[in-house]
Order: sequence, then structure tokens, then C-alpha cells
Amino acid sequence: SDCACTVLIGPLICVYCFDWTVDLTVCVQGTLKGFDQTINLILDESHERVFSSSQGVEQVVLGLYIVRGDNVAVIGEIDEDTDSSLDLGNIRAEPLNSIVH
Amino acid sequence: MCISVLQLFYSFFKSLVGKDVVVELKNDLSICGTLHSVDQYLNIKLTDISVTDPEKYPHMLSVKNCFIRGSVVRYVQLPADEVDTQLLQDAARKEALQQKQ
Repeated sequence: SDCACTVLIGPLICVYCFDWTVDLTVCVQGTLKGFDQTINLILDESHERVFSSSQGVEQVVLGLYIVRGDNVAVIGEIDEDTDSSLDLGNIRAEPLNSIVH
Repeated sequence: MCISVLQLFYSFFKSLVGKDVVVELKNDLSICGTLHSVDQYLNIKLTDISVTDPEKYPHMLSVKNCFIRGSVVRYVQLPADEVDTQLLQDAARKEALQQKQ
């Protein structure tokens, strides 16, 4: 009875994963191709959005990724119109805190 | 947490579908939205979301709907008048008693 993930296959999504090594939450965008019960994900054409408090958003191309479900925090469905109107160069933000259990 | 208690909260959340809630994550990010669905793992899907502090968290500016993995939820803030706390308390007590047997 997996509820919500099914509708996210196909459109562009961003996945907030946490990176245990560096103390922050990483934002990866891509096309969700598949998932399973533990929210392991197959993400195609993925790129990472790096937020910084001192400079604009940087995008790093990653390609085809499998993300282990343990690391997934939030999967957001991106509204492409809103996203293309964002001025990434002018967005400043602290990286998100890491998930602490 | 044992299966039947999870089942209790799964049923509880199912009764709140359509209501506005605020989900606070373990990385201190709070997301406000309408509860669209929940599953047996207490993964939550919210629609029409807004981050409670968008200045600090511009990371989700282009996201309207999101899926939140149950394991990263710290709190779910509920509208007080939508919850029958007495009923919930009674159900939880019954559950606890059944487990002892």
C-alpha cells in the first residue's frame, strides 16, 4: 500500500538526501524512474543543487543515480514553470541541517 | 514501535486526510501543507506546500507537492479542533492493554 511515490514517477523531482559525512542535506534533482518499499530511488539525468550563503546556487551534473532509501528525507515534485523563473544566481541560503535521529 | 501501534497511527492519519498540517522534520525544516495521503510506514504526502520560513529555506521554492519519508519526521502539528484527543487516548490505551496480553 505504498501511497504517494507512484505519482512522482516521470515528472521532474528534487530529492533531499542527507549526507552523513558533511553536516548537511543535499538537494538532488532528476527524473524519478523507479522506487521500492524502502524508498530506494532510481534517478535519471540528475544534478545536485548546492546552496551557499555567500554565492548563488551551483548545479553539479551527476547522471543516473541509485539513491538508498535510508538517505532520503523529502521528495518534492518540481513545478517547472516556477523553477525556470527562479534566479538561481541570486539565491543565498545556508545548507539545510543534517537529519538527526 | 510494534505493528499494531503503527496501525493505530496509520488509521489516525488516514482520518486526517484533507486537513492542513505542519510537518517538522528532524533537520528543523517545517513544511506546511494539506495531508494528501499516508501509508503504513507513516510516509506522508502533502499538497500545496509552503515552508514556514521561506527566507531561510528557499530550497523548496518550486515545489508544490512533496513526499516525506516517515523516518525523518520529528513532529506533525495538527489542528486541535480536528482531533478527538479523548478518542485517541482511549484507542491507544486499548492498544497498550492488548499488547500486554
